[in-house]
Amino acid sequence: MQKKDLSIYIHIPFCIKKCDYCDFLSAASSPEERAYYTRVLQKEIRAFEPLSYIYKVKSIFFGGGTPSVLEIPHFNRITQQLFDSFDISDDAEITVECNPGTLNEEKLKAYRSAGVNRLSLGLQSADENELRLLGRIHSFEEFRSNFALARRLGFDNINVDLMSGIPTQTMDSWKETLKKTVELAPDHISAYSLIIEENTPFYERYLGAKGRSALPDEELDRKMYHYTHSYLSENGYERYEISNYSKPGRQCRHNTVYWTMKSYLGLGLGASSYLDRKRFSNPRSFDGYRDFVKDAYRSFKTCEPQSLKETMEEFMFLGLRMDRGVFTGEFERTFGKSFDELYGGVTKRLEDTGFITRKEGVIKLTSKGIDVSNRVLANYLLP
Amino acid sequence: MKKIRNFCIIAHIDHGKSTLADRMIEMTGLLSSREMQSQILDNMDIERERGITIKSQAVRLSYKAKDGNEYMFNLIDTPGHVDFNYEVSRSLAACDGAILVVDAAQGIEAQTLANVYLALDHDLEILPVINKIDLPSADPQRVIDEIEDVIGLPAQDAPRISAKTGLNVEEVLEAIVERLPAPKGDPKAPLKALIFDSLYDQYKGAIAFFRIMEGTIRQGMKIKMMASGAEYEVVETGYFGAGRFIPCEELSAGMVGYVTASIKTVRDTRVGDTITEAERPCDKALPGYKKVLPMVYCGLYPADGAKYPDLRDALEKLQLNDAALQYEPETSVALGFGFRCGFLGLLHLEIVQERLEREYDMDLVTTAPSVIYHVHKTNGEMIELTNPTNLPDPSEIDFIEEPFVSAEIMVTTEFIGPIMQLCTERRGIYLGMEYIEETRALLKYELPLNEIIYDFFDALKSRSRGYASFDYELKGYVKSEMVKLDILVNREEVDALSFIVHEATAYERGRKMCEKLKEEIPRHLFEIPIQAAIGSKIIARETVKAVRKDVLAKCYGGDISRKRKLLEKQKEGKKRMRQIGSVEIPQKAFMSVLKLDET
Repeated sequence: MQKKDLSIYIHIPFCIKKCDYCDFLSAASSPEERAYYTRVLQKEIRAFEPLSYIYKVKSIFFGGGTPSVLEIPHFNRITQQLFDSFDISDDAEITVECNPGTLNEEKLKAYRSAGVNRLSLGLQSADENELRLLGRIHSFEEFRSNFALARRLGFDNINVDLMSGIPTQTMDSWKETLKKTVELAPDHISAYSLIIEENTPFYERYLGAKGRSALPDEELDRKMYHYTHSYLSENGYERYEISNYSKPGRQCRHNTVYWTMKSYLGLGLGASSYLDRKRFSNPRSFDGYRDFVKDAYRSFKTCEPQSLKETMEEFMFLGLRMDRGVFTGEFERTFGKSFDELYGGVTKRLEDTGFITRKEGVIKLTSKGIDVSNRVLANYLLP
Repeated sequence: MKKIRNFCIIAHIDHGKSTLADRMIEMTGLLSSREMQSQILDNMDIERERGITIKSQAVRLSYKAKDGNEYMFNLIDTPGHVDFNYEVSRSLAACDGAILVVDAAQGIEAQTLANVYLALDHDLEILPVINKIDLPSADPQRVIDEIEDVIGLPAQDAPRISAKTGLNVEEVLEAIVERLPAPKGDPKAPLKALIFDSLYDQYKGAIAFFRIMEGTIRQGMKIKMMASGAEYEVVETGYFGAGRFIPCEELSAGMVGYVTASIKTVRDTRVGDTITEAERPCDKALPGYKKVLPMVYCGLYPADGAKYPDLRDALEKLQLNDAALQYEPETSVALGFGFRCGFLGLLHLEIVQERLEREYDMDLVTTAPSVIYHVHKTNGEMIELTNPTNLPDPSEIDFIEEPFVSAEIMVTTEFIGPIMQLCTERRGIYLGMEYIEETRALLKYELPLNEIIYDFFDALKSRSRGYASFDYELKGYVKSEMVKLDILVNREEVDALSFIVHEATAYERGRKMCEKLKEEIPRHLFEIPIQAAIGSKIIARETVKAVRKDVLAKCYGGDISRKRKLLEKQKEGKKRMRQIGSVEIPQKAFMSVLKLDET
């Protein structure tokens, strides 16, 4: 029997210091906490061993937090446990998210020998002032030297994370960030526009009437977005998802899994999974997570699969984020339902107003549709 | 019969009418204070929350006076708001006397006067009571002088009380015995009872509240409603305990009580009708009341079109207890199927709306209230226009008349200026001013009803820092230059937003309406022009800018639950919207015209 594809996400909830805009599950930590967390995580990985009979792992992604904060021995124990417990494909894409300022030659070498073949570096901005506003711990120079080091050590697939819409950012500073990034020729660039989330220092600082003026307005934000698209295209990067660009053949396999509703298993504190049409998330408190791990596999087995309605909705609103769009034929094969009966009307309306296109069974967001994708995608929720 | 006292308490709103009633109930031992939910006579939730009385209520108290005798008090509580004057008037007809409660700090107010005049019209003996003497700002002597000067009632020995603390309330009870008259009437004469209110009960059917003028009513008796001619057999008769009915064998002349007789709807127990004995009818019916006519109309629509039958049922049930409420079906291009409803005033409207939402769980869209215009057409026909949408083409209109009221506004002298300015802004015609005392004056105006139904009370209160009070009655129709203001949203006329306005204020109102709608209508994916027009002429315009950016944040580690929540929130928001063409308008925007004077 041929095994099904699986992706694994490993959450490392540690940072040297939490950035001021970040609302992900992460915090500063002590060496003891990191060691203990590693043990619990290993236990959870072991719990899911039965999956190895059915699934072959095609990608692994270490995200956070800052996975590169983890000491080498801990990291090695986790990867070793993964290889022991799962059937991992020889050509699996294995990514570690790193923060410039936490990398060194020893760590990068260790990653190489553990099988890591892709790095994702959080640069966000090449402007020192903007980096400081964001509460980042590194300078652009530190990033550049980390990047060069990784290249020298053989990492030939590197992503750089950038951020537009930063307070005080101007069109010129954003152009400069893009230019400096492209000069380094990374293989992949993620460019998100900053969303200010509740319960972050940014929320207090920039969502008041006074603070708001520091943020680029909607018009400028969109100009930055459109400039990003055209500038990166000119430089050989193709956009394959709303905020992701890559050199040909360097699309991130792991992220694509999320948008195309392929199976993924999330391990670690608060991690989310989508497996056997079940969506589930681990507890977000450490104590809760530690207690949960014992029964992790059983609780996955007993979890209810999502409804057909939810699955169809997600197929649409996640799929439409991809530049390749959604195939109506695939929709009908997957769900055994007429696309037009469910979505014909709404699709026609959005097509008429210029937010999406529909050609030969392929539905895509237009550039105008991308700008307001929230509004457009909300139309694909079923009654 | 010498030991019966039928009386009501009249007062300006907030002068402590219900509190005094509660205290009297408590002191006569009907209920201990522990048993009393505060203000038990106001037994609708809305009444208790708003601190107002809407429906008349009655209660029987038993009081052992200092002369050693036991007296039976029938206390009838009356509404305090001008919208419900008709209710006051009905209750008064059942009484022989009235306690006039006046706030020791505020003195006489517009409604104090209005209520006193009503009571005098009914030949009631009036017993003044000065309340709230425990307030630091109380000045009982000044208020007593005021009562004597302004109303002409002797008031030097008026009880000075605090209904809140119970201070001197005993004096009021004694004064009721000594100074209010006992009812007259012959218990042996043919039955003659006045229906002053009615109520619908799911099990008992319509319940009529009455006051017996002559004769006796008893269980099993065959009775006849003199106006409708319908005959019934009395199933149960009795009197009012605190918040409940207490059945008894019979009630006779001078008494107040209720009767049930398997009567299907309250329409068959018409307020003002006379109950008599079928076998032995009285010679002629009591004078009764004027039929109450709605003054304000608005459209009520279910937010969810499928709930139309539910709304119809709910209105039907409400009408069982609220004879003043009128409704008839109508349709709107924007809002679908609904009802045009008639109300006594804006407060009545709000209360009905609130009861529909709470007691019947309806989600409603309400259109701007309108008064009844008399539209005289060139062909000589006259239309009573209750819905602006039905205004005929201007070429067919000869002229339009609008209702005017005579208004009396009581105000402290320092605010005379601002209040006169307000009345002028509202197209008021100044009639005169009387000084009540050095620091207070009574302003008399004629005002278009259209100008006071929206927010006049609020404006009055805010411009006088709460010191002005107001009362009015319909005067008649006056020819006016009225125009229909249409609102176009994204170039489509929204019928439910049209309203009729005086020509002179049309530009101002049109502009404000557009500004208000601009705030209310959320940004869409496209630009939305909002225009105000008279006929084909656009007189104001605002634009709701298009949304330029609404992008999902990073979907980290495959956690899509937040994404879904965000999208669902967007979708949920749409539910409270009305789709007009391609624009979604929030339900509350249809009431925007009410808030044009907010700044």
